Amino acid sequence: MWQAVRSELHPKGLEVVTVALDVDPQAARGWIEQTPPQHPSLIDSAHQVDELFGVVNVPNGVWIDEDGMIVRPAEPAWPERDNPPDYQKLADSPEVPEQLRETLKLAGGIRTQPVEYMTALRDWVANGKTSKYALDSDEVIARSGSRGKAEAEAAARFELGKYLWDAGRQDLAPKHWREAHRLQPANWTYKRQAWTLADPFQGPTALYDSCWVNDVRKIGAENYYPPLDLSPGRAK
Amino acid sequence: MILQSLEIDPKAFEARTGWALKPEGACKGDVCVPLPADALRGGKLDARILSQRLGMPLIQDVDAGVWCLGPEAMGRALTSATAPEMVLPDWTGKQFHLSSLRGQKVLIVTWSSW
Repeated sequence: MWQAVRSELHPKGLEVVTVALDVDPQAARGWIEQTPPQHPSLIDSAHQVDELFGVVNVPNGVWIDEDGMIVRPAEPAWPERDNPPDYQKLADSPEVPEQLRETLKLAGGIRTQPVEYMTALRDWVANGKTSKYALDSDEVIARSGSRGKAEAEAAARFELGKYLWDAGRQDLAPKHWREAHRLQPANWTYKRQAWTLADPFQGPTALYDSCWVNDVRKIGAENYYPPLDLSPGRAK
Repeated sequence: MILQSLEIDPKAFEARTGWALKPEGACKGDVCVPLPADALRGGKLDARILSQRLGMPLIQDVDAGVWCLGPEAMGRALTSATAPEMVLPDWTGKQFHLSSLRGQKVLIVTWSSW
């Protein structure tokens, strides 16, 4: 999905680093191998990007300048696509498995802003520090997500659960994940990871109180991603 | 970070959390938190002291006998705008260091298979 962005902007000085979350590493490798990327394509089974950069969903993007300074914190990020999927049409297709139909219907209602996002990205690549989309350090910290005790513990609970799951203690992992979900309900990567391991379609299971379809329905598909805040920083 | 004991290897701590150990204490970007002298004993860091000083939750799974030291709870997800080091395997299994891209603009993007 990001290869076209990389091809366009790498000659102008941008490197794209993709980070695979909430997937089984073997499954991620399968996807990546279909079209081996030219850019670094990483696998983050413990969700380090959540901890280090405040990522809470996929796709989320973070901008880092030439000096290693973050100039936009984690926010929803979409590339423009020539042929975006028509979710409603897919949902109506007789070939779609029944358990995916509701997911696809909801996916059709999710707000995405690829044109706005890519306009901002291109502007930054062209203009660097003087781009109105490049934020100063105080603004970057202020606009990064909240991390109080609850969010910090959610991160620790998530990582502990993932470690236990991978270590073969699948009996011990869910209680930590349920805690992570309770402590930071807005972190979709924690929920999606847990649901995916219980059911590849992230459908309802006895292990968790909720599932993707129910949680998205609860908040409304249009609120799945917060709107992009592309207002310039105070210093600009 | 996952801990098998409450004594942490300083290098592993730095690589995993983005905090750097300096004479003035534990630092992330321009934020430095002083650590007491007994935080480092016999070349190992005391997880309980780090937890207390940096506001990092220390969660134990009693049945498995392991701990997890979470990120600092300092109000915002980013304590500093300086990008922390991030070390992750690429899809071929090779370790990738985010700092290897210094000098270029970088877009980090997360994705999943659907």
